[in-house]
Amino acid sequence: MPTEDLAIRFDRVTKRYGDQTVLDGLDLEVARGERVTLIGPSGSGKTTILRLLMTLERVTDGVIHLAGQPFSHMPGRAAGKLVPASERHLAARRRRIGMVFQQFNLFPHMSVLENVVEAPVHVLGESREEAGRRARELLDLVGLADKVDARPTRLSGGQQQRVAIARALAMRPEILLLDEVTSALDPELVAEVLDVLRDVARRTDITLLCVTHEMGFARDVSDRILMFDRGRIVESGPAAELLDSPVEERTRAFLGSVR
Amino acid sequence: MWDGEAAWAALPVVLEGFGVTLVATVLAFAVAMVLGLALALVQRAGPRWLALPVRGAAGFVRSTPLLVQLFAAWVLVPGLDAPTLGVLVLGVHYATYLSEVYRTGIESVPRAQWEACTALSLPRRRVWRAVVLPQAVRNVLPPLGNYAVSMFKETPLLSVITVQEMVHEANTFGSTHFAYLESFTLAAAVFLLASWPTSVLIRRLEARLAH
Repeated sequence: MPTEDLAIRFDRVTKRYGDQTVLDGLDLEVARGERVTLIGPSGSGKTTILRLLMTLERVTDGVIHLAGQPFSHMPGRAAGKLVPASERHLAARRRRIGMVFQQFNLFPHMSVLENVVEAPVHVLGESREEAGRRARELLDLVGLADKVDARPTRLSGGQQQRVAIARALAMRPEILLLDEVTSALDPELVAEVLDVLRDVARRTDITLLCVTHEMGFARDVSDRILMFDRGRIVESGPAAELLDSPVEERTRAFLGSVR
Repeated sequence: MWDGEAAWAALPVVLEGFGVTLVATVLAFAVAMVLGLALALVQRAGPRWLALPVRGAAGFVRSTPLLVQLFAAWVLVPGLDAPTLGVLVLGVHYATYLSEVYRTGIESVPRAQWEACTALSLPRRRVWRAVVLPQAVRNVLPPLGNYAVSMFKETPLLSVITVQEMVHEANTFGSTHFAYLESFTLAAAVFLLASWPTSVLIRRLEARLAH
């Protein structure tokens, strides 16, 4: 695949915390518009991949590319040499990426609408009216048109997570990262969030990278599933294939434990 | 013995002094709030060459007595009248305490809030202004209120540089009419009447913010 058709490329990426290696020389490619789900036991490095992409962590070694261009690194003074990216380099590129967190992370002192318009107004430079109009559309899309003036703390977990999805989409990201977005929810609230995400996946051509334990959701939205263990990809394949007839013993054991 | 007539005569004098005390407290606290925030931000987000000396200077001011600072400023800083100088010294002194209060407030904002800002690509200035500081200040409103009350009770120190606040006035009245008991009792009563309800209000605020 030509590199410009790749939304994301991890080139031998290693992430260590102290002497603990979370990712070990990982190679990973995600095509533009592709939906990829990462599964595996906790501590296997899935969430770290999302956090590295969102620049919440820095790589220890290796390079992350976005759309064929270095992202975690930038050209250094010597020709052909890459150096760790400056804050400026990251800031100019990371707005293509949006992220939804396990714990929602809404701004508790702002209304639902203010949460959604904050970044479009102050990052994309949209006018308040324009951003407000689009925020209402997005809140309508996630089924919360009647909650625009509510405080997040007054909403259920499922509603808060749907606001967080609208907030991420308001930045018109090319890539959306979903980090165990239903793990903090009461079981009866999981479906409403997943339905919204299925809808987003169907209506847009956004590149999706999700970490989830919801195998039904993974099957519905993913083109490809990657099974992780100890910082390495154990197995990867089309969603139904990997879920129904895993090749690796490790994958079988894991799928058995989450069903 | 208690002299009712002398007390009655002292009342307007003491109340006038109370006006000065109140204005001095409000102005000095305004200075402390703004400067304290600046000190906290420089120490937290400023360049190292600035953050370190600022931390040192703030620590120095915090660990020396207000009384000494007032005398020192009175001698060393020419050209300012006593009330202005008093307000500034009191404001700077308390700014060093409030900067610590703000620091606690800033640290009380969860890391997840910063991460949400990064995920939305919000610029640094906007992160501080719109997300971190509003939450930080709300979290420390009760200690800020407590410092306001304790500053109010320390303004009599300004009398040593001839500011005619309430205790200064009570003292003058006491010496000219030989009625110290009456004038100082009144001053104490006014302090109590002003501080006590304020403390109750702060405790209410604290209870309300707790949930």
